[in-house]
Amino acid sequence: MSTTTTSHHDAHGHDDHGHPTGLMRWVKSTNHKDIGTMYLWFSFTMFLFAGALAMLIRLELFQPGLQFVRPEVFNQLTTLHGLIMIFGAIMPAFVGFANWQVPLMIGAPDMAFPRLNNMSFWLLIPAAILLLASFFVPGGAAAGGWTMYPPLSVQGGMSIDMSIFALHILGVSSIVGSINIITTIFNMRAPGMTLMKMPMFVWTWLITAYLLIAAMPVLAGALTMLITDRHFGTHFFNAAGGGDPVLFQHVFWFFGHPEVYIMILPAFGILSTIIPTFARKPLFGYASMVYATAAIAVLSFVVWAHHMFTTGMPVAGQLFFMYSTMLISVPTGVKVFNWLATMWKGSMTFETPMLFAVAVVFLFTIGGFSGLVCAILPVDIQLQDTYYVVAHFHYVLFSGAAMSIMGGVYYWIPKWTGHMYDETLGKWHFWLTTIAFNVTFFPMHFTGLAGMPRRIPDYSQQFAEFNMISSLGAFALGLSQLLFLYVVIKCIRGGAKATNQVWEGAHGLEWTVPSPAPFHTFETPPLVK
Amino acid sequence: MSQTTKNYYLPGPSFWPLIASISLFLLAGGFTMVLNKIAMGKPLMIAGGLSLAYLLFGWFKEVIGESVSKYYNKQVDKSFRWGMGWFIFSEVMFFFGFFGALFYARNVSLPWLADTHGLTGAHMVWQNFTAAWPSAGPKLVLEGSMKPWGLPAINTLLLLTSGVTLTWAHWGLMKNKRNQIIIGLALTIALGAAFLYLQYTEYSEAAFTIKSGIYGATFYMLTGFHGLHVTMGTIMLTIILFRVLKGHFDSHDHFGFEAVAWYWHFVDVVWLFLFIFVYWL
Repeated sequence: MSTTTTSHHDAHGHDDHGHPTGLMRWVKSTNHKDIGTMYLWFSFTMFLFAGALAMLIRLELFQPGLQFVRPEVFNQLTTLHGLIMIFGAIMPAFVGFANWQVPLMIGAPDMAFPRLNNMSFWLLIPAAILLLASFFVPGGAAAGGWTMYPPLSVQGGMSIDMSIFALHILGVSSIVGSINIITTIFNMRAPGMTLMKMPMFVWTWLITAYLLIAAMPVLAGALTMLITDRHFGTHFFNAAGGGDPVLFQHVFWFFGHPEVYIMILPAFGILSTIIPTFARKPLFGYASMVYATAAIAVLSFVVWAHHMFTTGMPVAGQLFFMYSTMLISVPTGVKVFNWLATMWKGSMTFETPMLFAVAVVFLFTIGGFSGLVCAILPVDIQLQDTYYVVAHFHYVLFSGAAMSIMGGVYYWIPKWTGHMYDETLGKWHFWLTTIAFNVTFFPMHFTGLAGMPRRIPDYSQQFAEFNMISSLGAFALGLSQLLFLYVVIKCIRGGAKATNQVWEGAHGLEWTVPSPAPFHTFETPPLVK
Repeated sequence: MSQTTKNYYLPGPSFWPLIASISLFLLAGGFTMVLNKIAMGKPLMIAGGLSLAYLLFGWFKEVIGESVSKYYNKQVDKSFRWGMGWFIFSEVMFFFGFFGALFYARNVSLPWLADTHGLTGAHMVWQNFTAAWPSAGPKLVLEGSMKPWGLPAINTLLLLTSGVTLTWAHWGLMKNKRNQIIIGLALTIALGAAFLYLQYTEYSEAAFTIKSGIYGATFYMLTGFHGLHVTMGTIMLTIILFRVLKGHFDSHDHFGFEAVAWYWHFVDVVWLFLFIFVYWL
C-alpha cells in the first residue's frame, strides 16, 4: 500500500538490498509489511468470492421449492462457502494482521524468517486455485460439507482430491507461518519488552500459533487417511474392514475445534487493542486476559467431540465433552468482563473501529451463549444440524471474527496507508453490516429451533417468512461489503494525513513510527521501559 | 551484502517462495490427475518433483552460503533453534494423529463392531465377529501379523545404536576431532540405510498389504511415514557429512549438524513408539 518508501537507515547495512519495484516487489518480497498487505488482499478477495457463494445459497433459499440451483450444486455452494471462508478469508486475514503488526508491536526489524514468510503467502495461491477450479471438474466441487466426512468424501469425485490437496498445502503454509510467528515473538522482541509487557494482540497470536502447530498436522493426518481410503484401498473409515467413519470425525474435530479458536483468539487480540484506545484507559486485567487466552487454548483440545454428540459415543464421553465445553465459557467470560471493565468510566468515543469492537463484544457474546446452548447434550440432540447451529457459528465467526477483522482494518489502515479513512462512509459500512448481519442470522435461531435442517436446498412452507427475511438481510450484507472495498481503496488513494499516533488513546511501539510505516522499521531495536 | 554481525540478518528479495508455490501446485495438481487417471498427471508430477528438488537444493545452498559467510549472528542462530524445535513438534503431532487412529480403531471401534454388549446392533450385521487384534474387519480374516522379535527388534537396535553413533560424532565435533565426526556420521548413515533395507525386506515378506483392513492400514501408514522420515533423515545426514568434509562447522558454530541430529533423535523416538504399540503390544 505504501508505495514510496525512502526512509532507509543507511547506517545499518540494509541499503544494498533495496527492493524491486512493480510485480517483482510482491513476488520476491521478504518484507513483513508487503507480505501482510498481500495476505489482507488475498483474504478480501476470497471473502468476496465465498460471500458470492453465500448469496447464491440465500437466493435459492429465498422461497421454498427449487428455483435457481440444482440440489447437488447447492451442496457444492455450502461446502465451498465454508472451506473458502475459513481457510481463504478468515485465517489469512489474521495472518495479514500478524505480519503487519507483530514486528511493529514488539519492535522487531521483520519476521524471523522473511523468505519462509513469503512462502507461507505464496502457498495460498495454488490452494485457492485448486479450490476454485474444483467447480469446473467432472462432478463439480466437493459437496459433502466443509468437514468432508466419509463416506461422502470417500465416494466423491476428483474435486475431493483437489480440496484435500488444497488443505494440505494450506496446512504447510499455516505451520510454516506459525513457526515464524512463534520464533519472531520469542526471539525478536525489543530489549526490555518482557513477555508480560507484550501487547495483547501479540499474546493472542502467540497462542494461536501454538494451536495451529498442534492442530494442522492432525488435519493433515486425517486428510492423508482420506486419500488412502479413496485411492489406495485402506479401511480407516470403512467398517467392512474394521475401520469406522466416526474415526474421521474424531481426528477431524481434534483439529477442528482448536481451529475454531484459531479463528477467534486473534479477534480477541484486536478487540483488546481497540477498546483501550477508544476508552482511553489501559486494558483491564491484562494478566488475567493472558491466562484466559491460554486457558481457552488448552481447553480447546479436550472439547472436540461436542461436534459429534449424535454420531455415536458412550454417555460417559458425551458428559465429559459437555462439561469440558461449558468450562470454556469461564475464560471467555473473563475476557468479556475485562472488555466491559475497560470501557467502564472510560472517556469513550465511537469511531468506526470502536463501533465494530463494541458490536463484536455484544454479538460475539450472543454467539457464545448459543454455543453454550448447543453444548448442553440433550438440547444439542435436537439442535444438531439445524439452522440454530448455523446461527450460532455465524454469530461467532461473522460477528466475532470477520467484524473484528473489519474493525482492525479501520483501526490500523491509517498506519498502513498514511491516510485517514472516510469516517462517514466507515460508519455507514458499520451500521449496514451490523443491521444486515442480524437480519440475516437472527431469524435462523427461530427456524433452527423449529427444526429446519441445514445444508438442504428446500424447506417446509412454515419457514418461508423467516427465510425470506434472512435472504434479504444476506443480500444487504453482501452489498455492504462493496462499500467496505470502496472505503479501503479510497483510503489508499488519499485522504486526510494521518499522524504518527493516529488515535489519541493509542499506545505502543507501532504508533511511534511514521504513518505510513516506512519500508523498514526498528532496524535498531527500540528500548522498552 | 555488507552485513555486520550486530544486526539481525534480513535476506533480500528471493524467488524461492514462488518456486515453492509452483512446485507444490504442480505436485498437487499432477497427483490429483494421476489419481483420477488423467494422462497429463504424470508429466506434471515429474515436473513438480524436479522443481521441488531444485528448490530444496537451491534454497538450502543459499542459506548454507549465508551461514558460512558469517551473516548470521547469535540471534539468527537462536531463531533457527526455535524454528527447528517447533517444526519437530508439528511432526510429532502428525504422528500423534495416526497413533490416535490406531488406538481408536483397536480399543473403541473394533469392540463396538464385535458389539460385546449388544448395544450397537452390529451383531445383526456381522454375526460371530470377535474383536481380536490384528483385525481386518468382520469380513476378512488376517493371515498373519508382524512379530516384534524378528526384524523389528533388530531394527530397534539399529536405530538406537545410530543415536549413539550420532551423539559420538557430535562429541567429536565439539572437541574438533575430525575423524571422530566423520566416522560417527558415516556409521549413523550406514545404520539408517541398514534400517531402511530391513524395513524393505519386512514389507516384501509381509503376509498382508495396506488393503488388509484396519490392521494393514494402520500398520503401513505408521511404519510407512516413519520410513519416509528415516529416508529424509538419512539424506540430511549425508548432506551434513559432505558439509563436514568441506569444513563448514566448528566446535561453536554447527547448528546445521544439531538440527539434523534433533530430527534423527525424533525419528528414533517415533520408532520406539511404533515398536511398542504397532509391533509388540
